[in-house]
Amino acid sequence: MSEIRDDLLKTVDRIFDEHCPKSVRESAEAGEWPATLWQALEEVGVTRAALPEEAGGSGIEFEDAMFALRRSAYHGAPIPLAETMLAGRLLAAAGIAVPDGGLTVAPVQRNDRLTFAKDAAGATIAGVVHRVPWGNACVHALVAGEFEGKGVVGLAAIAGAAQSVEKNLAGEPRALLKFERTPLIAFAPLDGALARLEAEGALYRSVQMAGALERTLEYSLQYANERVQFGRPIAKFQAIQHMLAILAGQVAASSAAADAAVEESRVSPDEFSVSVAKSRIGEAAGKGAEIAHQVHGAMGYTREHNLHYSTRRLWSWRDEFGNETFWQTRLGRIIASKGADALWPMLAGR
Amino acid sequence: MHEFRFEPVQLPAAAEALRGEVRAFIAEEVAKGAFTPRRNSWSSFDPDFSRNCGERGYIGMRWPKEYGGHERSALERYVVTEEMLAGGAPVGAHWVADRQSGHQILRYGSDRAKRTILPKIAAGVCFFSIGMSEPDSGSDLAAVRTRATQVEGGWKISGTKVWTSGAHRTNYLIALARTSPKEEDRHAGMTEFIVDLSHPGVTVRPIYNLYGGHDFNEVVFDEYFVADDMILGGVGMGWKMVTGELAFERSGPDRFLSTYQLLLESIRAIGANPDARSANEIGRFVAHLATLRRMSTSVAGMLERGAQPIVEAALVKDIGTAFEREIPETFRQLIPTEPTLGDGASYPELLGMTILRAPGFTIRGGTREILRGMIARGLGLR
Repeated sequence: MSEIRDDLLKTVDRIFDEHCPKSVRESAEAGEWPATLWQALEEVGVTRAALPEEAGGSGIEFEDAMFALRRSAYHGAPIPLAETMLAGRLLAAAGIAVPDGGLTVAPVQRNDRLTFAKDAAGATIAGVVHRVPWGNACVHALVAGEFEGKGVVGLAAIAGAAQSVEKNLAGEPRALLKFERTPLIAFAPLDGALARLEAEGALYRSVQMAGALERTLEYSLQYANERVQFGRPIAKFQAIQHMLAILAGQVAASSAAADAAVEESRVSPDEFSVSVAKSRIGEAAGKGAEIAHQVHGAMGYTREHNLHYSTRRLWSWRDEFGNETFWQTRLGRIIASKGADALWPMLAGR
Repeated sequence: MHEFRFEPVQLPAAAEALRGEVRAFIAEEVAKGAFTPRRNSWSSFDPDFSRNCGERGYIGMRWPKEYGGHERSALERYVVTEEMLAGGAPVGAHWVADRQSGHQILRYGSDRAKRTILPKIAAGVCFFSIGMSEPDSGSDLAAVRTRATQVEGGWKISGTKVWTSGAHRTNYLIALARTSPKEEDRHAGMTEFIVDLSHPGVTVRPIYNLYGGHDFNEVVFDEYFVADDMILGGVGMGWKMVTGELAFERSGPDRFLSTYQLLLESIRAIGANPDARSANEIGRFVAHLATLRRMSTSVAGMLERGAQPIVEAALVKDIGTAFEREIPETFRQLIPTEPTLGDGASYPELLGMTILRAPGFTIRGGTREILRGMIARGLGLR
């Protein structure tokens, strides 16, 4: 681990330990914005960590920013950190100044489209977008779409756009936003903006799932070593050992897939490695959560135990920004169209 | 708790250059008709191909030049290995010697063993088998009964080894034998010997496998003499030798590419416009494969740094062999065909042969249950 990574780990873990106790996670699910936690992260520059330095970033590598995101997911932090990093990176890529505060992105569902228009007064957007993450809690949204056949992004103020709020399984808000010729604060072309938003979203969710999976393994190991049945810790039973070995394999594979995707996406998301990561980790999320709960027995089925802060996130995130079927099918079609002989060079990177 | 970190590895430029070279070599050999790339690559015994590899410097790559090696890195060796497997090259003859036996001899062998054996392995003319399992000792290796008794100038070995792949055509095997009676520490009192199979006093009998192939053997030693300087690592060091050897045996791309040729031919059979389900399955396998490759490369990086990634290797083998076994199970449902007995190049035969070989993937080199036990130990559960 590099020195920067090590310092970052200590800093963010300290912040999460201090400002993200169970009470904060619970109140966030009840709709309260975790202001102290967010402020602490802003103060050390984590919320702007994925931005290039010239766009107001904290001057750390993209890999390190993604590492901080992974830790936030490990801690089950109820904040739009992924969305803020994602919106910032796309705004910066289009040369738009990144505002302070929590940011979200829209559209996040494949069937939603915003209509961009331009007149003498400037650019506007119109349309309804569903399940915008933290859409009720953020001041600004990055919006992406097409204008005159080309990819565009804009910065929109959300005020008044939120019509209703649903929650994902982890209790994170997903808002329905309605824009009615809402003026954009800024507007700029960005090649393939929608595809980029989708791939980048899948990348961030992959990283988050890798972090949450690490935590489920840790909880499971701890529980198996502590819980005594038939006169010994259940960790001593071969059936439990084998389940946890399988879980460890899923977690290790997820880490590796997330690392690969991050490495290949320093400037913009790499479609191949992001498809691999979202597919592989999405699969691990379901299988891993199943094992973790089985090991925990009834205790893991309670609100009291913390396991659900990780597993409810896994069950939500695997379906956001494209589920396994979406990314696998897309990958499969690309491979089939290029032909079997192109597969190995693609895997080996040349 | 053991932390599973599969640190990223950057393949050096030299390794990437080598990749192009190996790929061109394989393409040439295929064009010449030297082999058909659909056969099970690392179980295909082809001494001519092995000699050819030796001449090109693809065997003993990491060893010092004075023993016929090429002083390349573990990552360069990794690239050659994966290109050979992906290309379906018949590397079975030299596979074990190159993957594990030669490495053990270099590290723990006597001067004579190194000078007489390693250059021949590197030249692709000297092949090895593994002499670990016995009739009553499979997963429980410490139960070996083969005994070695000290005599003037060496040892006399008596006992039976089984599942000894290739022993009917290899030159040596490395045998694990008991050299002192079992004590409380059941891992003590064992020793590894380099055994030359060319002398009288050793009986090699075929054990035909489930599809009628001859790969396995039973190897019986009766008072078989082995000189003192053919001991690896010292008397009583057998257990340490075996576990070290297994880290090399378990982590490589041979543990997830056994059915790669079937994956390729299935993609070919499905064609350029797959239906949704086929596209989904192809994508899923590729996502698994890309991830496994990354993990296996990372283990090669650990070996390069001199670490002994025993638990990581077990983990890669566990998920890698599960992946290998899923490929025939999935594609048989997507491509309507009936698997056919035979070693030919048609899809039904390739599928048939893969189904018949598949049970071995999760047994050879350590059963998945043993591996999961090792992973559990690494996790601090036992």
